[in-house]
Amino acid sequence: MSEFLDILFGLGDKLTAHIVLAASAISLGIAVALPLAVWASRSRPVARVALGFASLIQTIPALALLALFFPILLSLRAVFGEGLPTLGFLPALLALALYALLPILRNAVTAQANLDPGVLEAADGVGMTSWQKLRLVEAPLSAPFIMAGIRTASVWTIGAATLSTTIGQPSLGDPIFAGLQTQNWALVLAGCFASAALALIADNLLGLIERGLARRSKVMWGSGLIAVAAGIVAALIVQFGGTKEDTIIIASKQFSEQYILAQLIGSRLEAAGYAVEYRDGLGSAVVHNAVASSAIDISVDYTGTIWTNNLKRTGNPGREAMYQTIKDWEAEENGVLVLGRLGFENAYAFAMREDRTAELGLTSLEDLVRVAPQLTVGGDPEFFERPEWIAVRDAYGMRFGQTRNFSPTFMYNALTSGEADVISAYTSDGRIAADRLVVLDDPREALPSYDAMLMISPRRANDAALITVLEPLIGAISVDAMREANFAVDRQEDKLSPKEAAEQLANELGLN
Amino acid sequence: MLKFEGASRQYGDVIAVGSVDLEIAKGSFVALVGASGSGKSTLLKMVNTLEVPSAGRILFAGDDVAAQPPAALRRRIGYVFQGIGLFPHLRVGENIAIGPRLAGETLDAQRITQLLELVELEGAMANRMPDELSGGQRQRVGVARALAIEPELLLMDEPFGALDPITRDALGETVRELHKRLGLTTIMVTHDMAEALLLADRVLVMETGAIVADETPRALLAGKGGDTAQGLVAVPRRQAEKLAAMEASGPK
Repeated sequence: MSEFLDILFGLGDKLTAHIVLAASAISLGIAVALPLAVWASRSRPVARVALGFASLIQTIPALALLALFFPILLSLRAVFGEGLPTLGFLPALLALALYALLPILRNAVTAQANLDPGVLEAADGVGMTSWQKLRLVEAPLSAPFIMAGIRTASVWTIGAATLSTTIGQPSLGDPIFAGLQTQNWALVLAGCFASAALALIADNLLGLIERGLARRSKVMWGSGLIAVAAGIVAALIVQFGGTKEDTIIIASKQFSEQYILAQLIGSRLEAAGYAVEYRDGLGSAVVHNAVASSAIDISVDYTGTIWTNNLKRTGNPGREAMYQTIKDWEAEENGVLVLGRLGFENAYAFAMREDRTAELGLTSLEDLVRVAPQLTVGGDPEFFERPEWIAVRDAYGMRFGQTRNFSPTFMYNALTSGEADVISAYTSDGRIAADRLVVLDDPREALPSYDAMLMISPRRANDAALITVLEPLIGAISVDAMREANFAVDRQEDKLSPKEAAEQLANELGLN
Repeated sequence: MLKFEGASRQYGDVIAVGSVDLEIAKGSFVALVGASGSGKSTLLKMVNTLEVPSAGRILFAGDDVAAQPPAALRRRIGYVFQGIGLFPHLRVGENIAIGPRLAGETLDAQRITQLLELVELEGAMANRMPDELSGGQRQRVGVARALAIEPELLLMDEPFGALDPITRDALGETVRELHKRLGLTTIMVTHDMAEALLLADRVLVMETGAIVADETPRALLAGKGGDTAQGLVAVPRRQAEKLAAMEASGPK
C-alpha cells in the first residue's frame, strides 16, 4: 500500500503533462467542432459528411489512431519542413482532438436540430441577423447540450491520453505501460487510479457547468469554469515553468530490458551533471525515427531490428557484417551515431518448457518441424509479421497447428500455463533461466543476430563530452548480467524497479 | 402603406400564392381568412420576407421589401404568431426589449412596464421567466414585444389560435383597442370568420392562393363576397341563430 502511495505521489509531472495534453486536445476539438456544428445546422450535406467522418474516426482504435499520425506527420514534413515534430505532443494532440470531435459535434448538431422552431421563427421575426440569432438564441439554448458533449469528450480524452505514452508523449500511461511490462501492479494501479480520478474530477466540474447553464445560474457555471481553468493553468505552470533547454532525452521500448538500460544510461548522465528525461514505453518503430529526427537523443536498438525494419534487408550476412553495414548506413542516411555494441544479444529464439522438449525429444528447430502441426505457437504482437518468422518458416518449412499473439510479458505465462507450447522468446530474457526454458538451436541460421547497440541522435552525435560519459558502456554488459537484471524486474516476488535493477547492474559491472 | 404587385409563391409545382394584387391603406385592420392551405399565412409572411415571392413584388411605404436587408426591415414590422416564440432563456422584460436591443437601444424599466400595462399585464411580470406564465399571458407578452419597436405595421399570424375561447376573446378585444389607440396598420391571418368579422374593418377571403373576396364585415354579413366567403360567414351565423333560438325558447 505504501509503495502504491509513493508511486502515486511521484506522478506529479506525468499528471501535469496528462492534463495539459487532454485540455489542449479538448480545446482543439471544441474549436473545430463548434464552427462545424454551426455550418452543419445550416446545411444538410455538411451535417451528414461531418458526422459520418467523426463516427468513422471513432471506429479506429485509439492506439492505432495515435500511431497513424506518425507516418502522416512524417509525410507532411515535405510541406512544413524537417522541424515538424512527428512524435510526442503534436501527434498525441491531433489524434486525441479528432477523437474528441464526435461527442461535441453530435451533441451540438442535435441541440441545434431540436431547438423550438417557434423560437427560431421569432428570432427571424424580430429582425435578428443570422449572427445575432446564433449569439443571442441558438448558442445559449444549445449550451447545456453542447456542454454535455464536451463532458463526454473530456472523459474519453483523459482515458485515451494514457495511450499517448506509446508515441513518446509523457502521460499517466507511462506508469501503466511500464507496470504492465514489468508486472509491477502497484505501478499500473497508480496510473489507472490517477487517470480515473482526473476523469472523475473533470466530469464533475464540467457537470457543474452543464447544470449551471441549464438552470441559467451564472454562479454555478462560473465557478465550475474557474475551477477547470485553474487546474489547467496550474498544470501549465508546473509543466513549462522550469524546463531546461539542454535536457537529454532517453527512449525505451515496451519491455523491461529497455527500461533498465534507459535508467542505466540516465543515471550515468545524471552523475556527470546532465539533466535527463525519459520517454518510456515507445513503440518499436517509433523509437528509431525519433532518434533519427532528434526528437529523442539516446536509445538502445538491436541490429536485427534495424536490419529488417529500416534497411529492409532479408538475408543474414553474419553478425559482424550486419553490424558494420548498419553503423555505416545510420551515419550516412540518418546522421545517427551508432556508438557501439553493449555486449549482449537480445535475439529472437524459440523456447519451450524443459519437460515438453524431453517428452517430444526436441533440441533444435529441425526436430520441431515434425511435431509443429500439433503445437500452438505464441508470439509477441509483431512476431508473425516479422521477417524472422518468415525466414524460419521458409528455411525449415515450419507449420504450427495454431498461432496466438501475447504481449511479451504474458507470453511466458502462456508457456508455463500450457496455453502455448512454443514461444518466440528473447535470448536476454531473465525468464528463460528462471522458468528453466530450453532455447531451441537454429542449425540453418535462419534467425539473424540482435546485438544491442547504443544509438545517438544527429543533434548529439558530435557531443564529445556526452560520448565520453557513455563510452564505458560499450562492450560492458554480458548476456548473463542482462538476463539477471531483466529477471529482477520481471519476477513475481521481490521485484526490483527498473531503476533499482539498473543500479544493481552498474554495481555488478563496476560501472560506477 | 402596403402594396402587392403580382406577388406569387410557388413550391415546385405547387402554387401557394397566385399572382396577388392588393393595396392596404394606413390605419386599416385587415383580416385574411381562409381554410388551411389557402395561402393566407404565406401571403402574410411575404411582407416581412420570412417567405420570399417567386414572382412579383411587395412595396412597404413605397420600397420593395426584397431590396432591403431583412433584419432592418423586420425591426420596423411587428410580428405576432401562433407559436408565440418567447425566448425561454430571457426574462419577460428582456423579451419585450429584444427588438430595440437589436437596433442598439435599451428600453428602460418604465417603458417595459408601460408596454406590459398596454397588454393588460402587471409591470412586475417583467422579471418572470416565460415558462412561469400561462398561454394567454405569454401571447400578451408576444404582442407587447411586437409593439416595443413602435411598428409601422403589425402582422399577426393566427395569433390567438392556441388559446382557450375566453382568453382568445379578451386578447382580441385588447388588440382591437390597441390598434385604434396607437393608430396601427394591422394585418391578421385567421381561419375563424367570426373573429375576422368582429375585429377587422376589411376582410379578405383566400382560396387556393387567390383572394376571392375583399369586403367590409358589414357587406359580408349582407351577403356579398361570393360563395366561398358566404360559406365561411354561414358557420358563425348559424351558431348565433341556434344560440338565439335556445335563449328565446327559455328554460325547460
